[in-house]
Amino acid sequence: MTSTVGDNGQTDGYNFAYLNEQTKRMIRRAILKAIAIPGYQVPFASREMPMPYGWGTGGVQVTAAILTPEDTLKVIDQGADDTTNAVSIRKFFTKTANVPTTTHTGDASVIQTRHRIPEQELREDQVLVYQVPIPEPLRFLEPRETETRKMHALSEYGLMHVKLYEDIARHGHIATTYAYPVSVSDRYVMDPSPTPKFDNPKMDSMPALQLFGAGREKRIYAVPPYTKVKSLDFEDHPFEVQRWSEPCALCGARDTFLDEVILDDEGGRMFCCSDTDACEARQQAGSPDDLLDQAS
Amino acid sequence: MTPVLKISGASKSFCLHLQGQIEIEAFSGLDFTLHAGEAVGLSGPSGAGKSSLLKLIYGTYPAGAGKVEILHDRKWVDIAAGTPSQVMDVRRRTLGYVTQFLRVIPRVPCVDIVAEPLIERGADEKTARSRAQDLLVRLNIPEKLWTLSPLTFSGGEQQRVNIARGFATPYPILLLDEPTASLDAENRQVVLDLIAESVAAGSAMIGIFHDADDRAAVSTRQFDISRARRAA
Amino acid sequence: MTAPILSCREVTHYYGSQMACRNVSLDLYPGEVLGIVGESGSGKTTLLKILAGQIEPTDGTVSFAKKGGALTGLHEMSEAEIRLLARTDWAFVHQHPRDGLRMNVSAGANIGERLMAIGDRHYGNIRASAIHWLEQVEIDAERVDDLPRTFSGGMQQRLQIARNLVTSPRLVFMDEPTGGLDVSVQARLLDLIRGLVRTLGLSVLVVTHDLAVARLLSSRLIVMQGGNVVESGLTDQVLEDPQAPYSQLLVSSILQV
Repeated sequence: MTSTVGDNGQTDGYNFAYLNEQTKRMIRRAILKAIAIPGYQVPFASREMPMPYGWGTGGVQVTAAILTPEDTLKVIDQGADDTTNAVSIRKFFTKTANVPTTTHTGDASVIQTRHRIPEQELREDQVLVYQVPIPEPLRFLEPRETETRKMHALSEYGLMHVKLYEDIARHGHIATTYAYPVSVSDRYVMDPSPTPKFDNPKMDSMPALQLFGAGREKRIYAVPPYTKVKSLDFEDHPFEVQRWSEPCALCGARDTFLDEVILDDEGGRMFCCSDTDACEARQQAGSPDDLLDQAS
Repeated sequence: MTPVLKISGASKSFCLHLQGQIEIEAFSGLDFTLHAGEAVGLSGPSGAGKSSLLKLIYGTYPAGAGKVEILHDRKWVDIAAGTPSQVMDVRRRTLGYVTQFLRVIPRVPCVDIVAEPLIERGADEKTARSRAQDLLVRLNIPEKLWTLSPLTFSGGEQQRVNIARGFATPYPILLLDEPTASLDAENRQVVLDLIAESVAAGSAMIGIFHDADDRAAVSTRQFDISRARRAA
Repeated sequence: MTAPILSCREVTHYYGSQMACRNVSLDLYPGEVLGIVGESGSGKTTLLKILAGQIEPTDGTVSFAKKGGALTGLHEMSEAEIRLLARTDWAFVHQHPRDGLRMNVSAGANIGERLMAIGDRHYGNIRASAIHWLEQVEIDAERVDDLPRTFSGGMQQRLQIARNLVTSPRLVFMDEPTGGLDVSVQARLLDLIRGLVRTLGLSVLVVTHDLAVARLLSSRLIVMQGGNVVESGLTDQVLEDPQAPYSQLLVSSILQV
């Protein structure tokens, strides 16, 4: 089914980007507050969206609230543009906002993401919107919302280190590999959503605005451009990102986040970039065929 | 002789609220002075208030009237009117009290119980333990029992452990409530020796001795509480 | 005469129209153990929570002397300040270890939490402290990575004490610390607490309904009944010559073994 677009550029039957203007204003107010207090979780009146919780209802509402007809949208899910979640959200905004979409990171003005930050460095004129399942980093050890809010208010963040301590005690190193807690602007501790910790350094002083939306939990938070984002760690167990022993089997990159792909049921496997756009761009620049042979 | 304890016009009675507010008088209008180097044996029939008098001096029984003044750090402190922390300080450094009843935390080794008052006064653990062991040897507590809790001991052994604890640190004033009761002749003599040594070293003592010979042996003077009461 | 470390004046508290405690004044001096005894519902736990800054009293004041400082009213302190005291200078030992422990993280993390809360960021040092404190409370150092749920009740209670003492608090609140324990375990815990009080110079407020526990731990006692303090004094005085009718009833009700 395709949407019909009227002469005025509006989409028939839907207000621009699905949400009504009052709702968008409410969400924008929350976003502005979130930007003003980096890392602070701002409650907002999350709406029912035509998709289930867990499919990015928070990110979609944030995207809908900031989208303009001049924007170009890119949606990724675990780095890929072609997974179900990414495709359906892209289609959703094509239908309800009629904005152009792209898979190229460099061409997009708004990038909605689930669990990755693009490998290509983002610019000041871009906005990165994260889909967040659980915004509260302290919930692991303190289930009471009243208490966690107080802890945020008073900067009582010892508990975050209890979790990291437990990791080292159990595994010999900090085994948290995704949703790795960060301190934003030396004030609020924030859950960066379930992105791999590999992406944490990219959040630090990023030129692009980063917005986080949690639909089920009704929270919005933000990291303004060029804000200090520091991953929590211990002096004797400093923060480290994942490293792979082999390069991407498709493009040969050694500095990207790799997914493990199982090739057969005899133990055959290969590693390739999770960011499909960055990988394709690199392959076009010069494909290392020999690596592909080696892997299989 | 310098007085170290002055009791004037002291009275003690018990009001039993649970038994129709009965008032039981232990003694009233009691005057008594104890001097340094003195050993006073309390006498009088059973129920005359001998133990009550010791408890009054120790602050366990609040006085109904009168003063119980004790020379503590060269100052007179009225136990009957003192604050709990004053009384505790007097007990820690001036007033020793030995009964025949041992009251301790279960499962604590006997040697630690004896050493505790020394450690509380700031002795290091090694010195305290060695002094405790000396006393236990003197009081004929077999070495194999030292690491056990005295609550498993016989009555006589418990009593001797308690006496060892009471004599672990020197006190200017010693209150003794039947320290020799139910001890055999040999151990009784050890206790009498300990008392005599303390008095010779300058402690003043008030004691209750069931046995008239014991009382006569350690006392420089006797004080009949029943007569004191009548006199009042 | 030293100044009190904790003091309250005419503290009264109501839960709605229900009076929990009335006109309570007390002073706790450095290095002493003060027992608060009374039957359940006498207001002793409410009083403890008020003194520990967990409940704001309906009326009256509570003051605490910070390290090297004069008595300052809790009402003059910010919530952040009181919470900081609660995890540094104060300790609170709950009757049920599960109220005072994080059951889903290891013993080491439980002990280390207070250190991390005050900014300790060296894993090796935190772990070393945790092991040291396990040994202080007579728990095998090898249990440092085990979850508290695998510990016996007595061990959990000792772990709770270790977790509280790691920041060298000066003031310890205990709510029925031996309440849920076997008698044999109680004795060992009492001895441990006494030893720690002596070696660390702790000031302790202990709430208990067990007069034997009160006798062995505390030098002074406060007897509460129906929200009122009916008697207070030296422990041996209150237990051997109780003055108030209720104290006499309480003391005469002790079971003899």
